[in-house]
Amino acid sequence: MVSTHILSAYDEELKYLNRRISEMGGLAEQMCGDAVRALVNSDTALAQKIISDDVILDHAEREIQDKAIVTIARRQPVAADLREIIGTLRIAADLERVGDLGKNTAKRVIAVQGTGVPRKLARGLEHLSELALVQLKDVLDVFASRSAEKAEIIRQRDEEIDAMYTSLFRELLTYMMEDPRNITSCTHLLFCAKNIERIGDHATNIAETIYYIKTGAQLEGERPKDDTANTVGALVE
Amino acid sequence: MNMMSEAAVEKALDKKMNDMSYKMIGSDVSVYYGEKRALFDVNLNVRENTVTALIGPSGCGKSTFLRTLNRMNDTIEGCRVTGKITLDGDDVYDKEIDVVELRARVGMVFQKPNPFPKSIYENIAYGPRIHGLARNKADMDQIVEASLQRAGLWTEVKDRLHEGGTGLSGGQQQRLCIARAVAVSPEVILMDEPCSALDPIATAKVEELIHELRANYTIVIVTHSMQQAARVSQRTAMFHLGQLVEENDTDKMFTNPDDQRTQDYIMGRFG
Repeated sequence: MVSTHILSAYDEELKYLNRRISEMGGLAEQMCGDAVRALVNSDTALAQKIISDDVILDHAEREIQDKAIVTIARRQPVAADLREIIGTLRIAADLERVGDLGKNTAKRVIAVQGTGVPRKLARGLEHLSELALVQLKDVLDVFASRSAEKAEIIRQRDEEIDAMYTSLFRELLTYMMEDPRNITSCTHLLFCAKNIERIGDHATNIAETIYYIKTGAQLEGERPKDDTANTVGALVE
Repeated sequence: MNMMSEAAVEKALDKKMNDMSYKMIGSDVSVYYGEKRALFDVNLNVRENTVTALIGPSGCGKSTFLRTLNRMNDTIEGCRVTGKITLDGDDVYDKEIDVVELRARVGMVFQKPNPFPKSIYENIAYGPRIHGLARNKADMDQIVEASLQRAGLWTEVKDRLHEGGTGLSGGQQQRLCIARAVAVSPEVILMDEPCSALDPIATAKVEELIHELRANYTIVIVTHSMQQAARVSQRTAMFHLGQLVEENDTDKMFTNPDDQRTQDYIMGRFG
């Protein structure tokens, strides 16, 4: 921030919102990473911890909302300040959803526990989650640095995750066709893959919000997408 | 008026505004108070049927600019204005122009409500009388009622038109002054911080009035309240150290202004 407010308490309130977003981001990132680890290692204890951690994230989002509303009411923010606070609300909502996706993945650890995850699929999921988590981590760094250019770059990168997800989707279908006993676990894994892919989408949302906070303009044009999973069925007739 | 037609009226007004019909044009306007220069080559055009808000820190020249529009600066000793200001193409500073007539076309409302120490009726009737706008008593009654109606004051004062104007509350007095300005059928109304002496309810009433007046008049308002500028105007001009820093759509001005100085000022930051 180049200049500070004449009212120092106002700056404190904005700093508080920023800090809470960073905290939420850190926790959401950790939950998602742990969820995939728990899935690959069939670690139900870790899965339980993730499920209970989600409460902290939900609570943080509500606190951010309350504080943002009070700040709007008291300070009547305009221009960059207004965009900042509205952006904070949107990012908090995205991060809360990311936490939910991590939690949902963790719940499935318990469901696929007995059957285990085939090595090859596990690697695929791990790779997908690495991509999504890098995306999430980078976007949180951009939130700290407020670089509109970097936010735009991150938005472009979501394509990779989509492509990876589509290929995983195909693989899971192949497994299910090979042996119908795989269907239950593969369906769960499919949801997990979808969860991870959605984390990438939320990271993209956050990138767009940061761009808006910084510039006051919305990023134009469609997001680059390479998610063709919705047409994959046509290929396996 | 129902919601639809009100929205339609707004839309028509916005269209009219965006047709760029400038009511007043200020070109390279500079103002000197003796040796001191208060305004530096300001180029600012006032759009018709539009509320234009002038904002900026104290001493930035916004009131000075406002006063050039109807030559209120003429009354200040040692004040000199250069550049050109036109009203519908007529040069406001032309030697031929009748200043009294100019001020009937470009009316003014001041910071402190200043009704004459006369009755409510006489406060309104004074202007039309000196400008010969009423042929008889019935005409005058009609002008007084219409003006009070326009200022949203009629129902509150219709039973005590012959009581003193100074007996009204501050907010009512200010609306009386607006009614008085409206009575001479001006084209432009200048307002210099019209709500700074009023409480929030009276302020809201005056703001609602400004909003309604836009349909028939062109309004330029100087205000220290950012929120007021944001609430009532369609265009906002930001002054700083005697210069026009930025003029923009109010929506743009309060969400994403172009100039860093505007940004710092409206957000209450140290520049």
